Amino acid sequence: MSTEVIRQDDVTIRFAGDSGDGMQLTGTQFTDTTAKVGNDLATFPDFPSEIRAPAGTRAGVSGYQVHFSSSDIYTPGDAPDVLVAMNPAALIINYKDIKPGGIILVNTGSFQANDLKKAQLDSNPLEDDTLSGYRVIEEDINQRTIEALEGTELSKKDVLRCKNFYTLGMMYWLFHRPIDPTLDWLEEKFKSKPQLIDANCRALKAGYNHGELLRLFQGRYEVPKVTDAPAGTYRNIMGNQSVAIGLVAGAHLAGLKPFLGSYPITPATDILQHMSVLKNYDVITCQMEDEIAGICTAIGASYAGHLGITTTSGPGLALKSEAVGLACITELPLVIVDVQRAGPSTGLPTKVEQADLLQAVFGRNSEAPVPVLACSCPADGFDCAVEACRIATEFMTPVILLSDNYIANGAEPWLLPKMEDLKEFKVEFTTDPEGYWPYRRKENLARDWAKPGTPGMQHRIGGLEKDAATGAVSHDPENHQFMVETRLQKVLNVADTIPTPEYFGPENPDLLVVGWGSPYGAIRAATEAMQADGASLGRIQLRHIYPLPHGLEEIFASAKRILIPEMNMGQLARLLTSEMPQFKFESFHKVKGKPFMAPELKTRFAEILEEMA
Amino acid sequence: MSDVQQLKPKDFKSNQEVRWCPGCGDYSIIAAVQKTLAQSGVAKENVVMVSGIGCSSRFPYYMDTYGFHGIHGRANAIATGIKTANPDLQVWVITGDGDGLSIGGNHMIHSLRRNVDLKVVLFNNEIYGLTKGQYSPTSPRGLKTKTTPYGSVDAPFNPVQLALGAGATFVARTLDVRPKHLQAVLKAASEHKGAAFVEVWQNCVIFNDGAFKGWTEKAVRDELTIDLEPGQPMIYGKDKDKGLKAVNWRLERTTADDAGIWDPDHECPAAAFAMAQLDNDPEMPRPMGIFRRVSNPTLDALVHEQIDSVTEKRGPGELKDLIYTPDCWEVG
Repeated sequence: MSTEVIRQDDVTIRFAGDSGDGMQLTGTQFTDTTAKVGNDLATFPDFPSEIRAPAGTRAGVSGYQVHFSSSDIYTPGDAPDVLVAMNPAALIINYKDIKPGGIILVNTGSFQANDLKKAQLDSNPLEDDTLSGYRVIEEDINQRTIEALEGTELSKKDVLRCKNFYTLGMMYWLFHRPIDPTLDWLEEKFKSKPQLIDANCRALKAGYNHGELLRLFQGRYEVPKVTDAPAGTYRNIMGNQSVAIGLVAGAHLAGLKPFLGSYPITPATDILQHMSVLKNYDVITCQMEDEIAGICTAIGASYAGHLGITTTSGPGLALKSEAVGLACITELPLVIVDVQRAGPSTGLPTKVEQADLLQAVFGRNSEAPVPVLACSCPADGFDCAVEACRIATEFMTPVILLSDNYIANGAEPWLLPKMEDLKEFKVEFTTDPEGYWPYRRKENLARDWAKPGTPGMQHRIGGLEKDAATGAVSHDPENHQFMVETRLQKVLNVADTIPTPEYFGPENPDLLVVGWGSPYGAIRAATEAMQADGASLGRIQLRHIYPLPHGLEEIFASAKRILIPEMNMGQLARLLTSEMPQFKFESFHKVKGKPFMAPELKTRFAEILEEMA
Repeated sequence: MSDVQQLKPKDFKSNQEVRWCPGCGDYSIIAAVQKTLAQSGVAKENVVMVSGIGCSSRFPYYMDTYGFHGIHGRANAIATGIKTANPDLQVWVITGDGDGLSIGGNHMIHSLRRNVDLKVVLFNNEIYGLTKGQYSPTSPRGLKTKTTPYGSVDAPFNPVQLALGAGATFVARTLDVRPKHLQAVLKAASEHKGAAFVEVWQNCVIFNDGAFKGWTEKAVRDELTIDLEPGQPMIYGKDKDKGLKAVNWRLERTTADDAGIWDPDHECPAAAFAMAQLDNDPEMPRPMGIFRRVSNPTLDALVHEQIDSVTEKRGPGELKDLIYTPDCWEVG
């Protein structure tokens, strides 16, 4: 007897378990397979900062949410349709987020008295009315995995470690996904450990067959592939990965070799790891002794004629700030990536926030203007990284690219750029000693770049102010003012090379929503839904934060009210207010270490529109 | 630039007016560096002088080479970036006891540990000069300075032992008042492939005048210092009648005839440590010259060897392959 297949256009699943249960792996495998099936998708991993918090505790719960759909989507989903809870702690901290009537798959093998105690539960939520209103499916996944792997030589502990693949198999069955991509992945991953390939493949297949045999579920779901997606080649990508690829591509387009000087810091480390693999792309990566050494080696490499890059998060950017000023006054190209995380000091290192905006724009001693841009979603990391490389080399300046934890670890299908659309911006080094001095400038005010090893061009640059005409150390008051103004004007000139952000919405909207960074997806989902219902609501997304693009005044002037949702206490609103005091920028802020959800934005937008009615 | 024309020391002088205090030991050091470069035949365009902050750190401005005047303490990190990006350049780090051992201590030990092919010249005057007279991490206990009016209670670093501990492959000490010795040591450092650390005793005439006088004045120099000559007996004294030999892991005084042979090229750094330890014994001469000189692969070379080997194995990366990977799929 075959199982009923129910067509559903949009599904969100949250995998939750102990940090050691392999939930991130389960989630990424489900995601990769789902991308291959042709759904649009967006993901949100949420994990604790401890590598292994005490097993079974609430602090140790690690989650991975994946939203997939037969149409275009922009967020990892609001209330999940399905929760997979591998233990009581995972159940208790997640079940309230699930859609009423949603499916909760519980691994009862981890619901012994001791497990409940570790999760600080006095009673078993499976035995009281905690989960009334949900479709609870109980299965002893531990036991099923042990049975599936009967006869293996693996220890019981290792057998139980395969339970995430058993679970993944069940989910593949439930949502009609092929298991082959994961089987292939296991073959590659455990190439040298055939025992583990065998065990995990068996667990995966058993979980898949289990769905059919045990008839736990009322039916299977099918989420058809997206049919109206723009034509082209796609690839599933995470934000840190797209930034890494973009940095290497950007350096190549500039005709330079990339040099990454960095220091591991959550959530930016993956960029260093990705780039470390790309040695055959002429990439030099140096994991230095600290954040300061990371940026200083990158500055040294730029001086030597490479494209210096450094990657970090907020606390690291703070440590680097003196050196950013050095790159500013020596006028060397440098790309600084800040993958923002939550809180001052160490704060919430694995959670999201976008509160480094003012640090990026202003956080240096004296007048040290630096172009700042921000990517809006995982796939956008590529374009923004290339753009950062372009600005850095065309204007001989450090550039700060802001990403955040939500973009860094989130995944989505990336419509790959056509190779012919990637325009080169080749650097030309100065080699003619005739009339050369270190601060000789081009029309856009970028200084000429001569690199060591070039005969006859010996020159000295450094942190001391230099004479505009000779490049010698100068304490002359007029010269200093001139140099400060020139460095600022050079950065402001970047605005002449960037487009006005596209406006989406009705003419003269009652409410204009201005977004920057990762709230993009939630803002887009919320505004598009409300626009479909006829709301007088428009939106723009800012990629360039400093300098601001031309043409914003017209857009702002067309709206009655302007709202900026951001995961900080109103930093872009403050910046825009100081740049354009003729407009009133209202702030809608959230600093919970969690991204905006479309429903909460809709509520706020609707409140404002109602006030205006 | 012409390859055949022999450059003279003055060819390495920039057009900038040198602004160190009259009588400063720095003058002697820059002259020795210029002589060393001229004699080595290196092209001016292939030399980069990198510095941090401090009196010594103005050095790059006075040299007609490429130069980068960095920020406080970070010269070693900047130089690591330059040398790793372009190993064909000869990169010098000019630093001081405050810049290189206090604020920049971390970068100093790590650049030595990695064996980056840098020539690190540390001007040690046991005082902060540019900030006008505060104690430094090499100031002796008891030194009265503006921030230690009752005498310093800090224990000082021994720069040679610090460099040895960090794994430097070349460690030497010399002094500003013996130009020939200074130049010979700098020449040896410039010829060394790997991280070369040279401590130079440098007199600050304004804020710590005579810090090394007790060892360097002509009247006492021969009795209170010993020149380390690789492969030669460890002898000293006005009449060359005194010697050193190793006894139970320590150096002890003996007669010249009985002196041991100095070997800085041995893999084991124990002898170099023991030699540097003599600074702590007022009865012993202070050693000058090469403490250690061993050969090890350099970071800059290894980085490029690895790039070459990965490129050979995987083929040169094409931009298209970076973006279009095997896991992509087509729509429409």
